[in-house]
Formats: sequence, C-alpha cells, structure tokens
Amino acid sequence: MKTLIRPAVTLFILLSLITGLVYPLLVMSIGQVLFPQQAAGSLIEQDGKLVGSRLIGQHFTDPKYFWGRPSATGPYPYNAAASGGSNLGPLNPALKAAVESRVAALRAADPGNTQPVPVELVTASGSGLDPHISPVAAAYQVTRVARTRGLPLETVRDAVAQQTEARQWGMLGEARVNVLELNRTLDRLAANK
Amino acid sequence: MTPHAWLLLGIYLLVLSVLAQPLGVYLATVVEGRANWAARVGGPIEKLIYRLCGIHPDEAMGWLPYALALLLFNGLGLLAVYALQRLQLWLPLNPQQLGNVNADSAFNTAISFVTNTNWQGYGGETTLSYLTQMLALTVQNFLSAATGIAVAVALMRGFARHSAREIGNAWVDLTRITLYLLLPLSLLLAVALIGQGVIQNFDAYKDVTTLEATHYEAPKLDVGGQPVKDIQGNSVTESRTTPTQTLAMGPVASQEAIKMIGTNGGGFFNANSAHPYENPTPLSNFLQMLAIFLIPAALCHTFGRLVGDPRQGWAILAAMTVLFVIAAVAVMSLEPQGNPLLAALGVETTGGNLEGKEIRFGLADSSLFTAITTAASCGAVNAMHDSFTPLGGMVPLVLMQLGEVVFGGVGSGLYGMLIFAVMAVFIAGLMIGRTPEYLGKKIEAYEMKMTAIVILVTPLLVLGGTAVAVMTASAQAGILNPGPHGFSEVLYAFTSAANNNGSAFAGLSANTPFYNILLGIAMWLGRFVVIAPVLALAGALAAKKRLAETSGTLPTHGPLFVALLIGTVLLVGLLNYVPALALGPVVEHLQLWAGH
Repeated sequence: MKTLIRPAVTLFILLSLITGLVYPLLVMSIGQVLFPQQAAGSLIEQDGKLVGSRLIGQHFTDPKYFWGRPSATGPYPYNAAASGGSNLGPLNPALKAAVESRVAALRAADPGNTQPVPVELVTASGSGLDPHISPVAAAYQVTRVARTRGLPLETVRDAVAQQTEARQWGMLGEARVNVLELNRTLDRLAANK
Repeated sequence: MTPHAWLLLGIYLLVLSVLAQPLGVYLATVVEGRANWAARVGGPIEKLIYRLCGIHPDEAMGWLPYALALLLFNGLGLLAVYALQRLQLWLPLNPQQLGNVNADSAFNTAISFVTNTNWQGYGGETTLSYLTQMLALTVQNFLSAATGIAVAVALMRGFARHSAREIGNAWVDLTRITLYLLLPLSLLLAVALIGQGVIQNFDAYKDVTTLEATHYEAPKLDVGGQPVKDIQGNSVTESRTTPTQTLAMGPVASQEAIKMIGTNGGGFFNANSAHPYENPTPLSNFLQMLAIFLIPAALCHTFGRLVGDPRQGWAILAAMTVLFVIAAVAVMSLEPQGNPLLAALGVETTGGNLEGKEIRFGLADSSLFTAITTAASCGAVNAMHDSFTPLGGMVPLVLMQLGEVVFGGVGSGLYGMLIFAVMAVFIAGLMIGRTPEYLGKKIEAYEMKMTAIVILVTPLLVLGGTAVAVMTASAQAGILNPGPHGFSEVLYAFTSAANNNGSAFAGLSANTPFYNILLGIAMWLGRFVVIAPVLALAGALAAKKRLAETSGTLPTHGPLFVALLIGTVLLVGLLNYVPALALGPVVEHLQLWAGH
C-alpha cells in the first residue's frame, strides 16, 4: 500500500495539470486562431453595442416580430445565465395550462388566423434558449407580421426564406429559421423604408 | 419512423463502424505498449511522468494492488473535486464571483464526476467557477474514463493470459490511455466543436441589449431579500422589465469534447447538450453522438485483438448493436406520436412531442441522441427526458437498467457485457451439463460469485434507493410531476445514479441533502462495488490454465452465442425492473391514451 501512495499522488497532480490546465488552454489558443468569432459566442454587434448572439434566442411578444419557442427559464424567459427546460410530463396539468395560455396569446395577436397552432410555438424548448423555429411555424406568423408592419406578404415571406437554413449536409437535424436574425432583418427593412 | 430518421440511424451506424475498428486496433497497441505514432510523439513526456512519480513501468501488478491503486487514485480525485468546489470563491478564474458550493452538493458532485456518472444536482452556469469546471470536472472527465478503460483492459488481460499472476500496471495503463487515447481525440473534437459555435473563453458573462425588452412577474422581495407574503401567506409578485439578456460564457469546448469521448455527460451549462453554446448545430450534435459510442465500440475490437481472436470482439459488438437498434427505433417511433391532450386545445400535434426539444435537432436527432446517451452511460442530454412521451421516456430508463452494457460507459460497458457473457456461458453450461468455459477459461464457483455480485449490486441500489425515497417525506417534496410520472422521476434518478449514467428526469429537485447523499452513495457503490469484483475476476482468470478447444466447446463468436448473450442481458437485466416500470411509465401511458 505504501509503495502506491507516491505514484498515486504525483500522477494525480501531473495528469490534473495536463488535462485540467494545459489541455483547455491549448484548445483556447487554437480556437482563438482558427475560430475567434465562434469561441467568443457568435456575438452580434450593432453601433458598437452587443445586441445578442446568433446562437441564443430572445423573447418576443410584440406582434410585429416573429415569436420563438416558449422558454421555461427563470425568473424570466430566455435567461441565458440560467438555461433549462420545463421538465413537465405529458400528463401534467401545468403543461396543459401553459399551452392553453400560449394558444390564447397567439390567437389574440392574430384573431383572423384559424389554422391549427404549430406545436413548437406552444411548447417550451429544452434549453429555454432555442434560437430557431421551423419554416412551418414561421409561415403561421407571416400574415400577422406583415399586417402589423404594413409590409406586403411577399416581402415578409422573402425575409423568412432568406433566414431559413436547410438540413445540415442535407441530412442532419431539421430545416430552421433563426428568429432573432429574421426580426433584425425586418427591423432593417423598416429603417430603410 | 420517417425516412429521415432511418437515414440518420443508418449513416450513424456506418460512420461509427468505419471509425471504431481502426481505433480499437490502435488502442490495443497503446495498452500493449507497442510502438505507435503517439508513443513516438509522447514517449518523452510519458517517461518523464514515470520518473517524477517513481513508477517502474515494467513492474506488473496482481489484481489486488491494481484495484488498490485505482481506488487510491480515485479517492484523491474525490478530495480534489470536493476541495475545489468548497474553495472556489477564493480561487482564480471566477469572474462571476460564484460562491463556494455547499457541503452536500459538493459531496454529490465529487462522487458523481469521479465515478463517471456526472449526475448534476446543480446548474453549471449558476454554480461553478471556470477553474472548478476545468481543474475539477474536466480532469475527472479524463481520469474516470481512463479508470474505466483500464479496468476493461485488465479484464481482457485476464482472459488473454494464462497461469499468470499479474494483470498489468495500473499507473501505466492510466497514463497511456489518457495521453495517447483521450487527449488526442478530445483535442480534435474540441476544435471541431468550436468551429460549429461552441464557446471557449474566460470572459465574464456578457450583457446584451435585446431587441424587445422582457416583461415578467417575479416574487417581490423585502429589504432583507426575503419573499414578501400576503395575509393568506401567498407570495406577492411584482412586474419587472429587463432590457438586457445575460449570456453565460466559459471554457466550454474543451470540457464538451471529453464529456462525450469519455461518456461522462456532465454539462457545462444546466441545459447540457440542449444549450446552443454546448451543441449549436445538427453537425455538432452528430459529432457528439459519434463521440459517445466511439470508444465503447472500439474497445470491442481491442478485446478481440487482445484475446487473439477478432471474431470474439465482433460477437460482443453485434449483441450491443442489436439491442441498441431496437431501443433507438423505439424512441424514434414513439416521440413523433406527440401528446394527444394538446390536440384538444387547437394545437397541430402532428409535429410530435416537442416539449423539451430543440428545433435544430427536431424529433429524430433528439430521439437518437437520447437512445445513444442512455445506451452508453454518458448521460448528456440534448432534450429533456422528463418531458418525453411515457413510453419514449421508458426506453432510456430500460437501457440504463440493463446495466449500461449496450455499448455502456468507456470500459465499464465492455466489462459489464463480458460479465453477462460469463453469465451466458454459465447458463448454457447448465443446460447441456458441461462445465462452462469462455475463451478457454473454465468458469467455476469463484468466477460465478464475482459475476453474481456485479449483476446484483445495481438492482439492489436502484430498487432499494427508490423504495426509501418514495417513503420519505423530504424526498417526495422534490418531485415535480404528479401521478405515476413522479414515481418515474425518482426511479430514473436512482437508476441513473447506480448505473453511473447521469442523465435525469430533471424535474426532480435533487439538490437537497437527502438526494445528494443517497444518490452519492448509490453512484459510489454502483461504480466500485462493480470494479472490485471485476478485477478479482480478472486476477482469477489470468491465473487459470487455458483449455484446448474441443468439439464440445460452445463457440462464442457465432450468431448462436450472440442470441444467447442478448437473451441473458434481457432476462437478467430487465426482469428485476418490470414491476417498477409497470407502476411508472406504463400506467402513465395508459392514462395518457385512455379515451383516444
């Protein structure tokens, strides 16, 4: 047993330094050189001010914006310093109540729209920070956004198409629309009008 | 299952098998100490480490010193992880000034990461400093993985050697596996992940001005920071507005890579691989899925090499693959069924069950990830298992309950499956009335005792722990979902802990002294009460003579043996849990679909 103690302690310290300091710092240096933008968080800057990250969703409730996934983070939705999902089970009455109120909010913002509500617009994402919705969920909101902004339907549809990403390499994941980028595009259109 | 889901599963298995075979052969050269490119590059570092530590690489150990060495090494890890959490406020690399972690949570997390479980009672971005994430958690991601692989290699040597006393040198195995296998793979994956958008920095959390200000209701606090209550004792809320969003930062990519490669699964952030900074794209998701199974699959080939018959490795891999495909197809078919209760509310439920899932992954990539992370004892999640359909959530539960042998953890999956193989030849031997043997080694009473301990310890911990928890008021208080789902949350917690998986039905508030301590004990026993008898078995096997193959020997590389092995895993692994599963997910399924 005694002969084991020195190797155990020394090896533990050495391997800790290699895997816990040398390795992450090496990854960091390589990241800084090859992908500085990504390593820093894919941040979006506007007029010298940070306005978000391309990868992190934001909370939208104004009818002139496309809305993203509901978020279950606390104390407020899309809190990117405390990620997480609702963890509600399918039979939980709290899930039913939450979905009901989200359906009501969507209907109230767009009374003429009688299509069934896409499920992703009324169910919370896993991270609470999901930056995307599907093209179907975007299409559901096009008329509302166009009407509120006084834009032709075609213009809004084009903006959606422009921000739609296909499946990666044609086979991975799902087609998706980045909600923050889409809403920024619409705001730019409004500013240039 | 959609054509997309089938395609995804097919491509995944194809890429995995193409990568696993050469890696397994390479790993065999690493653990045999033969010359390879890595040893040429890293040789001087390896020798320097041995010199500084006073290690004599040519001195092999018997099973007992080997086991003691691993225990001692992991015990030091436990102390280090505990101490770093308890002291982090006074240590560097803590830009958010996150406080010292409380004792029971630090105890739980220390055991969790040392045992390769990586169960998390805390939220990463709200609890741990960058230094703790790196020097405590990333380190253990490597070392617990190296420990698992070392044990598997020791058991392989037990089968490969004959009339021998030693099963290898624990220090050398740990060093070589870390330097020549885990580090290069992690480095490659970490850089690829950064390319996809995973962050890697030491910045303080960033405040960004959002496009639209967020209005929300929050509990009103008095000057002392206590929640204000009205006359009835209900919390008073107030309306608040925030014009900004705070983005959590950190050295994520380096930890993310080994989290997958080492089947650890502990997330940098609370949302784990659902968080866009941990898993930003479908491609990063695919790479993470590959990384989980890579070493467990490769080890089957290493096994085949070490015992001198690659077909033996293929047979084990085939049994694992069959069980995995059944489970993956099940989850990928169940989640698209959605939640029938939402249809009545005017919701289009053909989109499937998306509560707790991310749009970039959708149903197929989330479901496949779920099957992989629980078949292997990884436990990373890219979707919240707690919100899965009842039967969709039962599949990960069952995969863990099989004993984490369907690929399983790095090393632990293979040694677990080899234990089942010993069990299978034993059952076959009973049926035909011959002394069972496996790979030329006679399986006798001592070997069967060790096998029985390994197979019985986890069901005992899972069912015993669940029973204690559901009868304890403070433990019941942690349950989020009412009804049978609440029972499933507790069952899932103990299943995950005792089998060293680490995923959760995360609605359970487990960061309480009760769960922290009880789950901590379950993780420790589930790891080391298995490792000790496995090493004892390795020692006993190594000492045996090798029997010559005769016409009466049961061949252990053909389809018959694969079927026997699968049957044994299902019979022995699953039957223990049928009553518990019936009380949880099965009842919930019947309730959900009643009247539909």
